[in-house]
Amino acid sequence: MAPYESDDAVDVARDENPHAGRRKAARYAVPVAVVGVAAATIGLVPALAASGDPDLPKITAKQLIDKIAKSDVQQLSGTVKISTDLGLPNLGGLESSLGSGAGKGSGGGSSADPQAKLTELVSGTHTLRVAADGPDKQKVSLLESGSEYSLIHDGANVWGYDSKTNSVTHSTSAETGKDRRAEQPPVTPKDFADQALKAVDGTTSVTVDGTEQVAGRAAYKLLIKPRQSGTTVGAISIAVDSKTGMPLKFTLTPKSGGAAVVDAGFTEVSFARPAASTFAFTPPKGAKVTEQKKGAAAREHDGFKPGEGFAQGHDKGTVIGKGWTSVATFDTGARGGLPSGGSKAGDLSGFLGSLGDKVSGKFGKGTVFSTRLVNVLMTDNGKVYAGAVTKDALVKAANEGK
Amino acid sequence: MSRAETDPLSEKGPGSEAAPAPRAAPGAEAAVASAVRRPSPLWTFGLLRSELVTTVRRWRTLALLGVLAVVPVLVGIAVKIETRGGGSADHGGQGPAFISQITNNGLFLVFTALAATLPFFLPMAVGVVAGDAIAGEAGAGTLRYLLVAPAGRTRLLLTKYATVTAFCLLATLVVAVSALIVGALLFPLGDLTTISGTRISFAEGLGRALLIALVVALSLVGVAALGLFVSTLTNSGIAAMATTVGLLTTVQILDQIPQLHALQPYFFSHYWLSFADLMRDPVYWDDLQKNLGLQALYAAVFGTAAWARFTAKDISA
Repeated sequence: MAPYESDDAVDVARDENPHAGRRKAARYAVPVAVVGVAAATIGLVPALAASGDPDLPKITAKQLIDKIAKSDVQQLSGTVKISTDLGLPNLGGLESSLGSGAGKGSGGGSSADPQAKLTELVSGTHTLRVAADGPDKQKVSLLESGSEYSLIHDGANVWGYDSKTNSVTHSTSAETGKDRRAEQPPVTPKDFADQALKAVDGTTSVTVDGTEQVAGRAAYKLLIKPRQSGTTVGAISIAVDSKTGMPLKFTLTPKSGGAAVVDAGFTEVSFARPAASTFAFTPPKGAKVTEQKKGAAAREHDGFKPGEGFAQGHDKGTVIGKGWTSVATFDTGARGGLPSGGSKAGDLSGFLGSLGDKVSGKFGKGTVFSTRLVNVLMTDNGKVYAGAVTKDALVKAANEGK
Repeated sequence: MSRAETDPLSEKGPGSEAAPAPRAAPGAEAAVASAVRRPSPLWTFGLLRSELVTTVRRWRTLALLGVLAVVPVLVGIAVKIETRGGGSADHGGQGPAFISQITNNGLFLVFTALAATLPFFLPMAVGVVAGDAIAGEAGAGTLRYLLVAPAGRTRLLLTKYATVTAFCLLATLVVAVSALIVGALLFPLGDLTTISGTRISFAEGLGRALLIALVVALSLVGVAALGLFVSTLTNSGIAAMATTVGLLTTVQILDQIPQLHALQPYFFSHYWLSFADLMRDPVYWDDLQKNLGLQALYAAVFGTAAWARFTAKDISA
């Protein structure tokens, strides 16, 4: 048999004996073994890596909060993963048309507009890169598939660059340092933690809940739980770096259970000074540059800030109640309950109305829109009540506020 | 087109069935003369060279490479025509990655062309070559002659896989070089802005383009192994090619279905477009590592499966 005259001939020659079938089958054990080893690796490596919480000296909650307050990290770079699951209905195309409409209304229609990009963070999982070098140089980049949106603050200049559409927004700012920083969207776990710690008062229990490894660093876990009933917030967990006091991970779980509403954490962090070129930006040739008027950026950030609603009220309205059950209220001035103003409003109010629950009370009639965290009541006479509280608490607040 | 007709090294014509030594490579005559003797290691390279030459000289291969070379030309001309008035290509973020940056810098045409061809054209070409590797030989009746030469089945399979992998690199380079030439002719070159907004020099950009081409080529080795495994299952080259390309399309469709998100990280095509992460500054390695790891896994699983099948197979043609 000429074709079998090869260096495998020895094996093949045994094909005549009765064990040949088994020998053939045995060869398939190799790919099966490869799959098995791969599956074991995928399953075991994260488990091994996660095991063994770091051994750190005991610390009280007070000391840990002081540590966060004293933390003054000026230089850092890292990767942050943010998952938000507000339980909003999937609006699909409508959501994006609303988003683009809002963006056009306030910022001149550039896709590099920070406000338009910010709304993307409200749902889903996003990867961000943050870098900072002192109060004058910061950069936040939103990593997208094949493109990136960067917000670069370098001295007096604030650039927004959207590589997908090759468009740039530019604004200058005389303010520097903390003021400027405060205007930026809350994206790092520290931003979220600052907001959460503002709410710490008599209505809250704060405990240290062991330790964990975050982004390869030993961290304490601070657990914040509301004592009040009526709020939708279940618990907030903040992982604080044991060395620098920098919050590394922020998790907000709703009272109703299930996945975290907001989960923002570093997957990679370094406290070394980032390269100076990180913050240098010149608009690329051919890019569409939109100049923004001074202060425009600040105004835009009055909009939705994820993770803020539970801690403080809307800055334009008044706040009813205190602590976790505080409800923000403001008057839209619009009669009919739902926002109007565009030609779309007719369809829109009908559509939104179908998403909410009709309620009535001393305040009159209204519609409650529910998410897993925030409930919003829009009354038919144009008042809006919003808070991280249950529907009943919201109606009660509206009744009292009347 | 049978192996014997195209093989420049064949000593006898297709009709001479009695002389079963059509693929003797230079320096290997001694080994052919005594088939029982173990062949010298150099023989492997002779076999590989013979395989490469046979593959590249096929009209089918040349046509595939020609199609791949035309894609960047079409993209480049389309962008040029659209931006003729000096306006920028504003697609509102639609289209393949990097397309809006082409007008600033011709080098971006390389990335756009690879992003446009990677989902379908490139793996299809690889699927055709890989699917044909064993099944085509079997279908043309030349496989038994290949095994007459003292190559051994394992070695023949490895050589076939090496050839397909070399074709992955060749096909990617054809796209990249064609895109670079078109980009240089139609658009300005110079310092470029990474998608993170930082600037890098043209030389570094060129280096990254080369790295991207390499990563794209490596992204295809999983498909290559899958195609080779399918190729050992059948004696019909067409069936193997169609199955491979069909699997490819199916996986790409499944990768778009949100309900399957738990499975998607294990689809060979899932991290393909992660090559764009090389254009970030600093480079974001997470998905690139996942992609290369996944390709290595596919190569290992389907490579060993192809070996298990091929070494135990009855060669009837």
